Amino acid sequence: MEDLGITVIKVVFIWTWVLLIATLMTWVERRGSAMMQDRLGPNRAGPFGLLQPVADGIKLFTKEDIVPEKAQKILFSLGPVLFALPAFSAYAVVPFGDKLVLDGKEIILQVADVNIGFLYIVALGGLAVYGMVVGGWGSNNKYSILGGLRSTAQLISYEVPFGIVLLAVVMVFGTFSLREISLAQQGTFLGFLPNWGVFKQPLGFILFMTAAYAEANRVPFDLPEAESEIVAGYHTEYGSMRLGLYLFGEYVNLYTLAALTVTLFFGAWHLPYLDMSHFLGPISYGIASFLVFFLKTAFFLWLFVWIRWTVPRFRYDQVMGLGWKALIPLSLVNLFVTALIIQLTV
Amino acid sequence: MREPHCNVPGCDLGSDQMVGDYVTINIGPSHPAMHGTLRVVAKTDGETVIEAEPEIGYLHRGVEKLGENLTYNQFIPITDRLNYCSSIVNNVAYEKAVEKLMGVEIPEKAQLVRVILMELSRIADHQVCIGILGVDIGAFTPFFYQIIQREEIYEIFEWYNGARLTVTAGRIGGQDADLPDMFEEKWRMLKDGIRKANDETDKLLTHNRIWMDRTIGISAFSAEDALNFGFTGPCLRACGVPRDLRKDDPYYMYDQFDFDIPVGKNGDVFDRYMVRMKEMEESIKIIDQAYALYREMPEDAPLKAKVPKIIKPPAGEVYAALESPNGELGFYLKSDGSDKPYRIKVRPPCFMIYQAFPELIKGEMIADTIACLSSLNIIAGELDR
Amino acid sequence: MSLQDRIRHCLQNDVLDLFQCQGDLFVQVPRDRIVQCLEKLRDEPGLEFDFLVDVVGVDNSALHEKEIKAREKALAKEKEKAEESGETGVENEPVVLEVPPRFDVIYLLLSLKSNERLAVKVKVPEEDPEVDTVTTIWRAADWPEREIFDFLGIRFRGHHNLKRLMMWEGFGSYPLRKDYPLQGKGEERHLDYDE
Repeated sequence: MEDLGITVIKVVFIWTWVLLIATLMTWVERRGSAMMQDRLGPNRAGPFGLLQPVADGIKLFTKEDIVPEKAQKILFSLGPVLFALPAFSAYAVVPFGDKLVLDGKEIILQVADVNIGFLYIVALGGLAVYGMVVGGWGSNNKYSILGGLRSTAQLISYEVPFGIVLLAVVMVFGTFSLREISLAQQGTFLGFLPNWGVFKQPLGFILFMTAAYAEANRVPFDLPEAESEIVAGYHTEYGSMRLGLYLFGEYVNLYTLAALTVTLFFGAWHLPYLDMSHFLGPISYGIASFLVFFLKTAFFLWLFVWIRWTVPRFRYDQVMGLGWKALIPLSLVNLFVTALIIQLTV
Repeated sequence: MREPHCNVPGCDLGSDQMVGDYVTINIGPSHPAMHGTLRVVAKTDGETVIEAEPEIGYLHRGVEKLGENLTYNQFIPITDRLNYCSSIVNNVAYEKAVEKLMGVEIPEKAQLVRVILMELSRIADHQVCIGILGVDIGAFTPFFYQIIQREEIYEIFEWYNGARLTVTAGRIGGQDADLPDMFEEKWRMLKDGIRKANDETDKLLTHNRIWMDRTIGISAFSAEDALNFGFTGPCLRACGVPRDLRKDDPYYMYDQFDFDIPVGKNGDVFDRYMVRMKEMEESIKIIDQAYALYREMPEDAPLKAKVPKIIKPPAGEVYAALESPNGELGFYLKSDGSDKPYRIKVRPPCFMIYQAFPELIKGEMIADTIACLSSLNIIAGELDR
Repeated sequence: MSLQDRIRHCLQNDVLDLFQCQGDLFVQVPRDRIVQCLEKLRDEPGLEFDFLVDVVGVDNSALHEKEIKAREKALAKEKEKAEESGETGVENEPVVLEVPPRFDVIYLLLSLKSNERLAVKVKVPEEDPEVDTVTTIWRAADWPEREIFDFLGIRFRGHHNLKRLMMWEGFGSYPLRKDYPLQGKGEERHLDYDE
């Protein structure tokens, strides 16, 4: 057990880091979409408009906080909190690097290496839906209720394939701990491929990404807040920082999902065919592993943006159909085949 | 106080209660996807629309009443405000009606200028429609590809008349101005730009699995129903009826141009989208041919027929129509011999199409109603007048 | 056969008036026969006006007023002339000028086959502003008829949903009538938000 001081420092560090990246994501999203759409995007606040998220934050904080008269006040206030809390807590079990050796002390770059990291992530992902449902219901607005209903149905449907795919991954690596999974991805697979989860679970990866997009309410699964159909879905009635919490929680969720993708399928902090720990000093290795991990995560964050501005949105029944008719059977097949191969080879 | 009313049985607009197993959802008049100020009251079962009733009039400005109190030329700027996405077509349609009433034939050069400007606005209108259709289905990016090219078209309008949106092109008896000097150069670049934008939109949307799922078979309409409801324009052609006034009842010099009428098959959202996409290409062809003819005209060829300073058509009544981007746009004019029209009646294509909206979306889902609405290209300006 | 002859042949005695204006053909039919006439025009081989373009309502009151004034003036002039020439013996009976029905409802038809257009007109008096609906033939007539009801106050018998279209329920006046002022009569939509 590490001493408390280091844990607190890690918590504070990763908290700040995730918040910073989530803030930056809003800028990346806007500039990135602008780039794809032959526009400029926000470029006035600070260099390249980098201070735009700060300006947005100030705006959200200083706006009048409006609670609709007929809203159910308690639920209305509870909604954003219930949404943001699991989002902020989920990252605790996801690593953000290998380890840092300071004065002979080994600091693992992960807040909590719990041996049931998987369950924790899945459980918190399931909790996030309450934020949307409660917020949507408490707003006393038909569009909000529709958005809340859509999000419930969607999250429950996609939680199932999400969990089943994770089970297959667990079977491959034989552990529930995310750190151990990361460590297991060193070296090569079949002699020529990096020993990454994506090569052991190719179908699983695709299913996982699809379910992750649905979990994160991103296009093409952004039905709960489809702006052209149900105005803004569950957060139609929200303003000021309450809305900010929803939007922010979403970006934090994105970061967690991207980091999870990297941890499970893309070798965490490992570079392909290269072991950094051989030629880097203990401190520089820690920093390098953190950077490698972050760069991979950044790519998947960019992928979220990229896909969002490329494809149209599904319809409600199509999302349900895809979830129940395609993803769940496929993930079961994936689980079965994985189990079969493990049984035959081990 | 206006009593809340709705035709849907068991629906009580005034209360927030849910009646029976159905929920009444009020979409619009202030809603991100209700272009302008449309309003649809839908009775829904979950996400499925059981019944819907459109309500219009939120943008009613009394255009026809205004027209009775303005002189013939003064009414032209008002027509800009009908279909504001393609204002030139409205101007020309009105001018054409007045010219018919007066029995004036406008010179060929003016006809060509009108054809070129109208086809440009047809492209602009389709660009907006396709862009918005994409936005409403969740694909945001094609919108910008289209809108950027529309800006370039507006630049030509700006050179022509100084205005971008409400152009007020032309006067009764012909055109007031020639095409701008740099038109040829601009058009050469613009043509490529439009084609490139269409190409990119096509790549992003047409064969996209999600797009196809969202549009094919949605709000399909048979040709008989469409004719019965008075559909014209791309919405009718999407149903497989190759009807286009430019071919069927050629006005100006359309009979001299070589172009096709793209038709669809099922009359669904996808067909409407495809018809509009193809029509843009046909419009480019028409402009090319019209400009080639225009260039052969002598520099000092007249742009305006001989009409009196004060327009006083003889007493009588006429109906004149042309093919606007949305369909047949007609003006019924009645004159009592004075300098003001006795009665102006606009026949907007949207008006006829939108009354079939409840039929089109019956049994579809809420998301499809939005897709259907955008594909019909309902412009509140000409719908409500 | 020209279009006029064909229409005369098809509608027979229902043709009250047939005139052309700048190439547009107008045919006036009796008000209570409109549905039958339109059906005949739609079904008659060689005519086949199977597409309803629009329905237009016109308030002719101002036109009639002008005409009556002009005729009164002419009459007065005649009388003056007669008096001047000393023919006092022949006392004309006071001429009662007959006012034609106030409204026109014009159905703009189109034949998809031949691309011929035809306008069918019915005269509607002010006292009894009612016409049979043609929504039974074309559903396209639905909103145009509602609009005419809204703007001119002509009711369409048998229309399934005859209520105001553009103006709000309870507006009261008919704004496209010629006696309705351009500025309106001060109708306002009172929305009481405090309630």
